[in-house]
Amino acid sequence: MMGPATGNSGSARPIRVVLPQHLRTLAKVGAEVTLEVAAPVTLRAVLDRLEADYPVLSGTIRDHETKQRRPFLRFFACAEDLSHDSPEAPLPEPVVNGKEPLLIIGAIAGG
Amino acid sequence: MSKVRVLVGTHKGAFILSSDGKRKDWEISGPFFAGWEIYHMKGSPVDTNRIYVSQTSGWFGQIIQRSDDGGRTWATPGGEKMPTPGPEPPAPSNKFAYDTSAETGAPLTTHQWYDGTQHPWEFKRVWHIEPSLTDAETVYAGVEDAALFRSNDGGKSWHELAGLRGHGTGPKWQPGAGGMCLHTVILDPGNPDRIFIAISAAGAFRTDDGGKTWKPINKGLHSQYIPDPNAEVGHCVHHIAMNPMKPGVLFMQKHWDVMRSDDAGDNWREVSGNLPTDFGFAIDVHAHEPETLYVVPIKSDSEHFPMDGKLRVYRSRSGGNEWEELKKGLPEKDCYVNVLRDAMAVDRLDDCGIYFGTTGGQVYCSPDSGDTWTAIAHELPAVFSVEVQTLP
Repeated sequence: MMGPATGNSGSARPIRVVLPQHLRTLAKVGAEVTLEVAAPVTLRAVLDRLEADYPVLSGTIRDHETKQRRPFLRFFACAEDLSHDSPEAPLPEPVVNGKEPLLIIGAIAGG
Repeated sequence: MSKVRVLVGTHKGAFILSSDGKRKDWEISGPFFAGWEIYHMKGSPVDTNRIYVSQTSGWFGQIIQRSDDGGRTWATPGGEKMPTPGPEPPAPSNKFAYDTSAETGAPLTTHQWYDGTQHPWEFKRVWHIEPSLTDAETVYAGVEDAALFRSNDGGKSWHELAGLRGHGTGPKWQPGAGGMCLHTVILDPGNPDRIFIAISAAGAFRTDDGGKTWKPINKGLHSQYIPDPNAEVGHCVHHIAMNPMKPGVLFMQKHWDVMRSDDAGDNWREVSGNLPTDFGFAIDVHAHEPETLYVVPIKSDSEHFPMDGKLRVYRSRSGGNEWEELKKGLPEKDCYVNVLRDAMAVDRLDDCGIYFGTTGGQVYCSPDSGDTWTAIAHELPAVFSVEVQTLP
């Protein structure tokens, strides 16, 4: 189990995020994007930054208003399932220091 | 010479089929938005270079795309330009929020679920896009769970016409097999305040005041599969078609039964006549002959394919009741595809062309009002929708 990050408040850090194929083509990016996210680096902070940098992704990962994760998406990092963690919880240290990406993954449900 | 552009929405992307007025040789471009479900795409009659697209996914939600150059390039209309957003703050052009405001909205209620219990209203996707007949910036969207939205800024932002959802009969509406979708939007060319819509499974509704208030227009529909076969709402209307030359005359393919109204939907009568089966999804009217209509009979509500494995279009030149089988060029055997509700369209050339797409990925064209047919695309993903633009 990776411990949560305790980065200094306010300092921006490069955070790596891997997107599913459909969102790569929508946002016209490669498999991975790097975001400058201010500490504390939480799931909510990363998604806020992702939607600010790539507005076309607004509403595709979480609801516009409630910010709830869309039901067929999951979040992973460092081989851990973060899908049901609090969006306010700090992300694992390897994500915060850029060694590991946050993975946004579509559920395998046919299609 | 005139040209035609056929807009095809499929299970895995959008395609554009182009030809000259002979409609013999076709060029296929796409897939656009590969991997996404394209429920519908339709061009503006005011500006034929403007095409709106409903791009959707059960995983990632709803996206609206727009082209202003006839389908060569696309962008989300809210200014969500990639990789760098434009100078203006982006608008969420994929945000379809039900209007619950005190001023213009209606409270979110519940609708009937498959098992008869009540279920909350939840936005899922845009089924049908209907551009205004007079303004390229105005466009309507029929959505699931059933509601009608309008954009007055080219698709940048959307606002619900909540009078429909707030009609009061919502708790009696229920989803069909495809969901509780508002799938048909018809704008009256002679009356800008009049709009017809249809919902599976609630029925048809009409507004005469630009969308503020609505009334059910289902009198004459008879549906054995609901507790009260003659109920005011609850009917599974599959599609409605209208010829702009006679906007008071409507033709309906219901779950079962082909219906006709001569008074803008106030009263309906069955015109299934000699059809081999009156179950089906698609229906359309000839561009220049308001009493000539087309359906694709499907065997039954459990067997969504043609009778006897033979794909057939049926044409009535008498406004219904008397139907003739059209089969020249269509599969004669072993054909078990479906033709979905928005997958039939007509062009406006002098010799009217009829088009339809199948769940097997074929798109058929008849350049002679249905007499003969040719597959103009053979192996696309399952076709959800077909629209045609007739270009100068």
